Amino acid sequence: MKNNLVKKLAVGMTALMICTSFAGCGSTDSAASDDTSSETTETTETETEESDDLSGNISLAGSTSMEKLCEALSEGFMAKYPGINVSVEYTGSSAGIESLSAGSVDIGNASRNLKDEEKTGGATENIVAIDGIALITDTENTVTNLTTEQLVSIYTGETTNWSELGGADEAIVVIGREAGSGTRGAFEELLEIEDACTYAQELDSTGAVLAKVASTPGAIGYVSLDAIDDTVTSMSLNDVAATEDTIKAGDYQLSRPFVMATMGEVTEQSELVQTWFDYINSEEGQQIVSGVGLILPE
Amino acid sequence: MNNKAKNNVVELVTEYLFTICAVIAIFAVCSITVYMILKGTPAFHSVGVLDLLFGTTWKPTAAEPEFGIFFIILTSIFGTTISVLVGVPIGLLTAVFLTEVANKKIANVVQPMVELLAAIPSVIYGLLGLMLLNPLMYQLEKKIYADSTTHQFTGGSNMISAVIVLIIMILPTVVNISASSIKAVSKDLRAASLALGASKIQTIFHVTIPAAKSGIMTGVVLGIGRALGEAMAINMVAGGSVNLPLPFNSVRFLTTQLVSEMGYAQGVHREVLFAVGLVLYIFIMLVNLVLQKMRKEASIDG
Repeated sequence: MKNNLVKKLAVGMTALMICTSFAGCGSTDSAASDDTSSETTETTETETEESDDLSGNISLAGSTSMEKLCEALSEGFMAKYPGINVSVEYTGSSAGIESLSAGSVDIGNASRNLKDEEKTGGATENIVAIDGIALITDTENTVTNLTTEQLVSIYTGETTNWSELGGADEAIVVIGREAGSGTRGAFEELLEIEDACTYAQELDSTGAVLAKVASTPGAIGYVSLDAIDDTVTSMSLNDVAATEDTIKAGDYQLSRPFVMATMGEVTEQSELVQTWFDYINSEEGQQIVSGVGLILPE
Repeated sequence: MNNKAKNNVVELVTEYLFTICAVIAIFAVCSITVYMILKGTPAFHSVGVLDLLFGTTWKPTAAEPEFGIFFIILTSIFGTTISVLVGVPIGLLTAVFLTEVANKKIANVVQPMVELLAAIPSVIYGLLGLMLLNPLMYQLEKKIYADSTTHQFTGGSNMISAVIVLIIMILPTVVNISASSIKAVSKDLRAASLALGASKIQTIFHVTIPAAKSGIMTGVVLGIGRALGEAMAINMVAGGSVNLPLPFNSVRFLTTQLVSEMGYAQGVHREVLFAVGLVLYIFIMLVNLVLQKMRKEASIDG
């Protein structure tokens, strides 16, 4: 019995020691990474001291597609400025700009360029990111360029074989994302085929779309631009390849700006809102924007 | 005296401990049921019971959304039924082979393998289906629909792939439980049957299997439960479009419906997904009730 107890104690002690040593490892690790970023933390320290005085609310409303971006940005922002509370409502682009004009929010989110009548109403377009969607097909496919009409007819189920588009006699397997996905929403909206698509497969992640397109002969799909890899061919649309440059230049059709509109210029805004935009334009903010798969505007 | 008092305390404490454990289990079942009903029923009000359960169009994000889950329910029912109809005979015969026919050496090799099959995570089955089954199915699909102008090619992600994956997944459950209940049948019964002049096969099918009926039924119902509740593997091979469950159609099950759309769903769309969960929950409940009834009847027969 006694022996057993001693054994148990010994095991317990070793377990404890292993735990603590791991914990030690963890803390040294983070200390090491702190060292590498010490310069940035030092510079931001003065800012945080200032920001301690800042407190209040920033309210945003608008595009549902911008949910991922807004959540990531507000999380990082509120961690840096604990006194400021950021609240975001996802009501849709037009509703967001309406709330802005009505003065009920500080920032109106829109996942499109502002319309002229919205601009004359006083809203200023601040593009914080660009969302690009790339068309992908399997590497064997000889068709590498589509026109907008061809793309629409593929996704609405009118064109069903690549031979109709000058390719090999291979059936087109139309792959898309599940209902509710931001990428699918943007794709269908930009091509004006909302809920008119006949998908052969609806997959629930970017990775799944990539894998299926790569492994299925004759498949076509769409993913965020940053997700593309060597396993698939990126198709060009109307002879414009999907790259960051063509998207920034506005030549590639399947892209849209993410706008955080304000009434008047950013410099005319309250200190809080200016801090928000400063944060987005800071290195940390820009990393968050590219982290959620978006392109940084010039 | 002191020792007796100590014993009493231990008895009391253990008794409470067991009661608490039992209460936790009961509490979990009750709270899940209440939660599913509370979360699942609003959609029936906002969409309408008939439109929801018997509607055939699933367009949750359209300007005028439609939330018909009839095809999804049908897919789950057909998929589960077919995989059970095919999987159970295979599983039962495997169990008979392992316990009655095979010699010890072979049984000792096969049995652990089947048990290992049960331990493999479902995502692995999905992965294999994705890489092996789907390309094969696409070859078949191209041959069968070579001249068709109306068929939408799915790249091999279809009902058949999903059913095959489900069959393989329910096999170990059926085999293991059937095998252990067949093993539990008394040797005397077999001996009596053989002594009366019945052959080995006659004994198996007329004596051993009927005697092990209750255990086999448990295996079958657990198999149904696994097939009905499986999400990950079939999400990877079934295609995921809402269609009538025909062999070469891309289909969506109740479970995959939840898995694939829960992430971004909002408002009524989200409510409907909870309703889908409720429907699935009711199916599982029904299956379990049937099981309990069958077991009671079997034990009365026995």
